[in-house]
Amino acid sequence: MSSREDRRHPERAATPPRGMPERRQRQPLRRMLPLLQRPTQPLPSPNDWSFELIEDYHAVIKQTAERFGLDTYANQLEVITAEQMMDAYASVGMPVNYRHWSYGKEFIATERHYKRGQMGLAYEIVINADPCIAYLMEENTLAMQALVIAHACYGHNSFFKGNYLFRMWTDASSIIDYLVYAKNYVADCEERHGLDAVETLLDSCHALMNHGVDRYHRPAKLSLAEERARQKEREQHAQSQVNDLWRTLPRRPDRPDEAAESRRFPEEPQENLLYFIEKNAPLLEPWQREVVRIVRKIAQYFYPQRQTQVMNEGWATFWHHRLLNQMYDDGYLSDGMMIEWLKSHTNVVHQHPGANLNPYALGFAMYTDIKRICEAPTDEDRAWFPDIAGGDWLPTLDHAMRNFKDESFIGQYLSPKLMRDFRLFAILDDEAKSDYEISAIHDEAGYRHLRQALSRQYDLSAREPDIQVWNVNLRGDRSLTLRHVQHQNRPLHESAQDVLKHVGRLWGFAVALESVNARGDVTRRWSVPAQAG
Amino acid sequence: MSLQQIIDRRLSGKNKSIGNRERFLRRHKEQIREAVKRAVDGRGIRDIERGEDVHIPKKDLSEPVFGHGDGGVREVVRPGNQEYVKGDRVAKPKGGSGGQGGGQASDSGEGEDDFVFHLSREEFMQVFFDDLALPNLARTTLADTPEWKSQRAGFVSDGTPTNLHVVRSMRGALGRRIALGMDKRRELHELEAREQELLRDDRPETARLLLETRERIRALKARLAAIPFLDPIDLRFRARVRIPVPTTRAVMFCLMDVSGSMDEARKDLAKRFFILLYLFLTRHYEKIDVVFIRHHTQAQEVDEQAFFHATETGGTVVSSALVLMEQIIRERYSPTEWNIYGAQASDGDNWHHDSGRCRELLADKLLPLCRYFAYVQVAEPEQNLWEEYGKLAGNMPHFAMRKAVEAAQIYPVFRELFRKEGASP
Repeated sequence: MSSREDRRHPERAATPPRGMPERRQRQPLRRMLPLLQRPTQPLPSPNDWSFELIEDYHAVIKQTAERFGLDTYANQLEVITAEQMMDAYASVGMPVNYRHWSYGKEFIATERHYKRGQMGLAYEIVINADPCIAYLMEENTLAMQALVIAHACYGHNSFFKGNYLFRMWTDASSIIDYLVYAKNYVADCEERHGLDAVETLLDSCHALMNHGVDRYHRPAKLSLAEERARQKEREQHAQSQVNDLWRTLPRRPDRPDEAAESRRFPEEPQENLLYFIEKNAPLLEPWQREVVRIVRKIAQYFYPQRQTQVMNEGWATFWHHRLLNQMYDDGYLSDGMMIEWLKSHTNVVHQHPGANLNPYALGFAMYTDIKRICEAPTDEDRAWFPDIAGGDWLPTLDHAMRNFKDESFIGQYLSPKLMRDFRLFAILDDEAKSDYEISAIHDEAGYRHLRQALSRQYDLSAREPDIQVWNVNLRGDRSLTLRHVQHQNRPLHESAQDVLKHVGRLWGFAVALESVNARGDVTRRWSVPAQAG
Repeated sequence: MSLQQIIDRRLSGKNKSIGNRERFLRRHKEQIREAVKRAVDGRGIRDIERGEDVHIPKKDLSEPVFGHGDGGVREVVRPGNQEYVKGDRVAKPKGGSGGQGGGQASDSGEGEDDFVFHLSREEFMQVFFDDLALPNLARTTLADTPEWKSQRAGFVSDGTPTNLHVVRSMRGALGRRIALGMDKRRELHELEAREQELLRDDRPETARLLLETRERIRALKARLAAIPFLDPIDLRFRARVRIPVPTTRAVMFCLMDVSGSMDEARKDLAKRFFILLYLFLTRHYEKIDVVFIRHHTQAQEVDEQAFFHATETGGTVVSSALVLMEQIIRERYSPTEWNIYGAQASDGDNWHHDSGRCRELLADKLLPLCRYFAYVQVAEPEQNLWEEYGKLAGNMPHFAMRKAVEAAQIYPVFRELFRKEGASP
């Protein structure tokens, strides 16, 4: 497996300086490093924070995290106000983003809820960038700031740097630059082509955002400069490419049907709708293709986050809990601080019985449970997890964090004990039957079934409908056909028709969507005629 | 250990999403205009300038994405099992699936409530002005306060002689003279002491030294004397800045016909007309009184509520209102202390013998007292009142009249008023 350093600094990785350990794959620590010197008294713990105090706490948290061997990007702490926090909320948590009315809507909704006291703001937002940016809210008490630093700067940060999905799909060092570029490009388009044109285009792209990601092959990483240089080139090239597509087709007016059958386009179904549209939609202007690309790139950036919610939040929660407890044991934290952050922690990991699973609670419980299996395995654990029971917990946890996503993480590590603790049960809802059926509960007969069912529940490809580009009628009206393959006979939501209108707007000709069941029969068909003009 | 700097962002750039908000407002212009219209109808003239809650139906805001609908087979895992064992059956709730099987489909399920948000004061006024088709110049006039007061603001090194501050300038000169002559004066004192010493000593070789010392003393004195007593860089002038101030007070008379022919729509137009004048006045005067006079065959002074919402029937004698207005001015608002503005709205209906009298009343009695008098007719047909007033409009610069059958036509009534004020600095 190639490491991040390899890609970023090829020259350095190629010739590692002598005398220094090679910086490729960082080996996790087997056990925690000892404390060098016990402090004579705990850190001061007034209610209000100050910059000096945050620095003091940060220093101790950093040092404790290093003793556990957490590998992180550099941290950048930024103190912001509640209003700025709402700004950040509105632009999907990023410090810059292009402008769109939907972000305005988000902001207004957040502001209203917040002002009426219906919701508190998150204590922190952390951005997967290098350096990793963490926002601390002004209103937080000192204890909360310490919690946030441990949670975001060492929990999430090390997850961003370590997890394979993030390493594969996102480039932390260039995302901010790319967003700046995107913002300026969209603003430029608004100036040149009018607000309305850009707005409708973005609306359409957003509708397909979840279907604008590559699931299997990794896009090449580009620096901002390369991206810019290539953009111009792309603009001219892509356009001619599209025209070529139509031009190079053999013209056989006498036998059109045969030609259409002889060549299928695309040759294989395509899952990345936005990519297909960017490259192949016949009528898009170059700038429109670029905007489609921007939305697609950003969707791709967020794709890992959507697949690692339990793992990511669980990891961060586990580590703030572990780090702060360790600091208390070492004599850095006062009792008052402990009580205060533990109260918040308890709220965060609260699981309401019967409700949807709280990802914080599930993730925290799973990492804690893995640690328990390593340190104090029972016979049951030895039978279920022979490879990790009784091992060192640090490398085991490190491995679990790096190499899984929610689906596989649960499939691998959810233990019978945890299922009993959570009192998990599975409900089967079959449209054909009049009742719900309890298909499994937390007992010997149900463990495997439960674990499988929960793992599937977090499988993004099962959660979102599987829709692919099926065919383009090259010889006729250029209409585009999408195909939905039903998973467990689950139909599409009624909004499909509205989304299809957006597809039609991007494609420029008629579009249709077929829903196909497991036997391959088309059960439902939506269509949008070619747009006039 | 090198720690990262903590960055304090609190003072930099809030309102980052203001651009997003603008785009949101732009997209829902129609609903917002509707809300503003309703708010204008419902509010008093005096509290027109505040924000407003706008309701937008949820369906207009939806951003559709592909998702699963109800049906098919699915399995959901939930925590907190208390009573079930494998194979138990639970009845589905009536009306399709929901409740238990909600899964991820219900995260947007806040019901069919409207999306509500608050329009700020500025945004509200913006929409209101848009509706009235106010030109930009008039908008700035409404936003500005054209009265200025000059106020002291410290000292500057440049200015007109009348603003010269003598004490400051002399203090500066003194300081400069001390600073420039310091070392020379010290040397001078030393030399003078030496001279005294030499004078007491009468050896022959001191005579030459004495001569040299005296020469040096003379040169130093000359140089000290060459330091200017007052230099241009010493001069300090009083600085004055102009600050805007709302001046004095004004009274606004709202005159409206409430006879049977004035329906709600016409009253609504009239109300916008009054609001516009009121807004204009608030920018110019510290204290504004508003007097509401309604009339049919008789005029009476009423409060705002009765003015806009009570309906009367009967004929129309416009002059009765003008007489009452003049009477109130005489009793309560002396023209030397108050700026008087009149605004009259009517559907143009009048008892035909009365219109001539109205013109005379206006020309002889009221217009000489008023800063501005505007008449708006909220109906199309031209009747004798319109004709009579028309004779006035030509030769009275502070009288304006206009027909307005929709809101956008109201502004031109004030064109004179805004232009005059807009032209002054």
